[in-house]
Amino acid sequence: MTATGGIDLTGLTAAPAQTWGAIQLVPLLRPDPITDLRLHARLYDTEDESVVAIGAQKAYVSLIPHAFVATWTTDATPVAAYGTQLREPAGADPEGMRLPFRRRMARREDRQRLRFLPLHLALEGYLTLQFGGPPIAWQEWTRHAVTRGLSPRVEASYAGAAVAGLDDALRLFEIHPSQCGVLLYVAGALAAAFVVPHPDDYRSLHPTLLKDLYGEQIFQYAAALPPDRGDHSVRLDDTRVTTLSGLRAQISQARADWAHEHAFRAAGLLAEEHLTFTPVQRMGRFALTRFLPPFDPTVENHIGEAITDDTGRLAYLKTFRLSAAQTRRGHLLSQLGKHDWNLGATAATLKTDRDGLIQRLNRAGFGHLVRPEHQRPEP
Amino acid sequence: MFVNAAVASTAQREFHSGAAEQRFSLGFLHEYVLGNYRDLYAATLALNINDLNAATIVINLLRTARDATAGQRAVEGRLIAARLRALPPQRVYAVFDRLRRLGINNRRTRAVVRDWVAARPDPAFDAIKYRRGLSAAARHAHLDLPVEVGTALFDWRRAKRYTTPILETWRRAHFEQRALYDLPYTVAEGLAARRGIDRARFLAGIAPKLTGGERLRLQDTATRHGVEAIGMDLATTPLTRLAVYALSLPRAARATRRDELTVALRAAARRTARRQAGTWGRVVAVLDDSYSAAGSGVKRRRPLAVALATHFLLEALAADYTGLWLHHRGDPLLVHPTGATGLGERIVDALELRPDRLVVVSDGWDNDPPGLAGEVLRVWHARLDPDRATSVVHLNPVYDAGTFDVRRLGPGVATVGLRDAEDAIALVELARFAVGGAGFDELRGHLAARVEQFLEAVPQREATP
Repeated sequence: MTATGGIDLTGLTAAPAQTWGAIQLVPLLRPDPITDLRLHARLYDTEDESVVAIGAQKAYVSLIPHAFVATWTTDATPVAAYGTQLREPAGADPEGMRLPFRRRMARREDRQRLRFLPLHLALEGYLTLQFGGPPIAWQEWTRHAVTRGLSPRVEASYAGAAVAGLDDALRLFEIHPSQCGVLLYVAGALAAAFVVPHPDDYRSLHPTLLKDLYGEQIFQYAAALPPDRGDHSVRLDDTRVTTLSGLRAQISQARADWAHEHAFRAAGLLAEEHLTFTPVQRMGRFALTRFLPPFDPTVENHIGEAITDDTGRLAYLKTFRLSAAQTRRGHLLSQLGKHDWNLGATAATLKTDRDGLIQRLNRAGFGHLVRPEHQRPEP
Repeated sequence: MFVNAAVASTAQREFHSGAAEQRFSLGFLHEYVLGNYRDLYAATLALNINDLNAATIVINLLRTARDATAGQRAVEGRLIAARLRALPPQRVYAVFDRLRRLGINNRRTRAVVRDWVAARPDPAFDAIKYRRGLSAAARHAHLDLPVEVGTALFDWRRAKRYTTPILETWRRAHFEQRALYDLPYTVAEGLAARRGIDRARFLAGIAPKLTGGERLRLQDTATRHGVEAIGMDLATTPLTRLAVYALSLPRAARATRRDELTVALRAAARRTARRQAGTWGRVVAVLDDSYSAAGSGVKRRRPLAVALATHFLLEALAADYTGLWLHHRGDPLLVHPTGATGLGERIVDALELRPDRLVVVSDGWDNDPPGLAGEVLRVWHARLDPDRATSVVHLNPVYDAGTFDVRRLGPGVATVGLRDAEDAIALVELARFAVGGAGFDELRGHLAARVEQFLEAVPQREATP
């Protein structure tokens, strides 16, 4: 069911970054766009806080600024714009309610379309990590933990508009004609990756980056760190140039160096055998998956969702960078899950004792899951 | 550096910075140059700087007249008078109004106002077209005006009848619709609105009285109201204005009117080039049509229009010309601002054609990859063309508020600011100072020569109005 691996950016070329203040945008170009899968933004009228229902009991609170609709055909003909195909889904969204329910995040609207909320799929993956609670009713866990699991589970994120400087950076960004994606760096840290199948999709979705969710770390970096004053301009070695064609060779060398450097910088996301993929849905030759990081506090951790075609080529990608605290929480939960929520075994793996583990659970905000008599007051 | 700013900046919103930033940056620059190099600051008036900066310099010089030595004052006075004569009247009246608001009313200011107004061909015409400006100036500088003009400005209802024809027409226009159409457009427009005259009928009636600029501005309005009388004479419109107009049309309209527009642009370019047409040898231009050339809401597609106008101007100037856009191929009239700014590789393409002159028109935000254009030109000069057989000039239509200058491609590249493509010929001359190779004394010498030329040329121009 699940598989591990990295994100494969084959078919996408990184172009030089465009910098504005602390924000750096690396365009990803696709010389050969995918024409039989197209994405379109469906902007909701209200930006109220919505409750997304994931089956009974499982509701988490999060702002949903926008949702995507995937339009897809079985033959390879380009798909016309979404608006011309679909009637207004007035029935789906009850109007006038302050908290419109959005149904499950990925569902077939009809045979031709898959609708999903960007990133919420991935966040759902992260939030439902060990959501069910302990499978074995070890005596240390409270009754609530055994019967209800982790519900309700809440994580905070920031809208792109709150990230300092992102609005200007996106406004001034010059979109390449064949651009299908972007890597967003804030103060040198990879904040998000965004890939779509077709340049037209990218052009229409570029402004929605401002409405996306970003992790707490990105918000803090953008607000607190000084703008990048480093000199990113290229350097050519003039001693080796004697003709214009030599100059051209130097330029292509500089471009190749750039692409190499980019691969190095995005290693947290692209590294092999790094991410755990869970398939969500298949449609025609495309498969929608979400992925979770190894929850290793020493490296970057990105959650996200991806669509790949039958040859493994990446059609769609959207990621969210977890903050250190979120990574620690994920780490704890995945370790607990690995040992069937046995405190002793988990503590041994984490190189601590039971009390240490309980303290860590407390600090991570999971203290309510442990029975009070097993908790020792902190010194 | 200051000259670049004074040529290019209009303190309006640009693609990369807002109006407030631009205004602040430009204001600081003016103060700095005025405080440290007063004579150079004044001498800038003799160059092809734009109207906003000319007006600011005049105000600043009059404001700080007390700091100048007697010799400086004499030169400044002549420069100010000459520059004011070259400015459009509404700009000059705005300068006078600004002087009044700042409370500047020294003897020199009054003399400047008096001489300028006295040199106007028809005070009665000014009294109705620039009514508020003239009345403010008259009150502020205690001007002696002809009796009827004074009455018209300050107590127009008292007179039963004026003997000056234009004043009489204006008086009658308050009561009679027909007289309206003998007035200048801006005056008639207000009166027509007060009378509730139908816009289409008014435009058709006033059409013969429109100036060239007004015609150009009213093209869209005329189409909307179905008024055919406001035809535009493409043959007399200045080159950059024409390019702005052409780019304001949708692409489909540009395609259908392509022959007409191209002929007009070529003719305007030839008019601008005059005797120099065909003398520049082999010229290659690299023209920026990246997304940032779209300008801002207040300067829509200005950088692109300047590039387009320069394209046609260079075509007229050169014996053998090639224009390379970054993305666009085919008919230059259909150019559209899109994509990143990859100047470097395009410059290599241009250098491969071995031109005598290479002209780059760009806002200088070279980002694909950053700084490549500067590197290419550095290597070109260092290794491939040490004798500088090819002269390279970068013309930049956008003032960068952050660096108090137009944005440069690299340290060794001559960069000059550009407002209208018409100035390109003169600015290329200045470009050698922009490299920084020429000394300060040489610059002073050049400016002194320009000042002499300017002071001689302007009265002659005024003699044949």
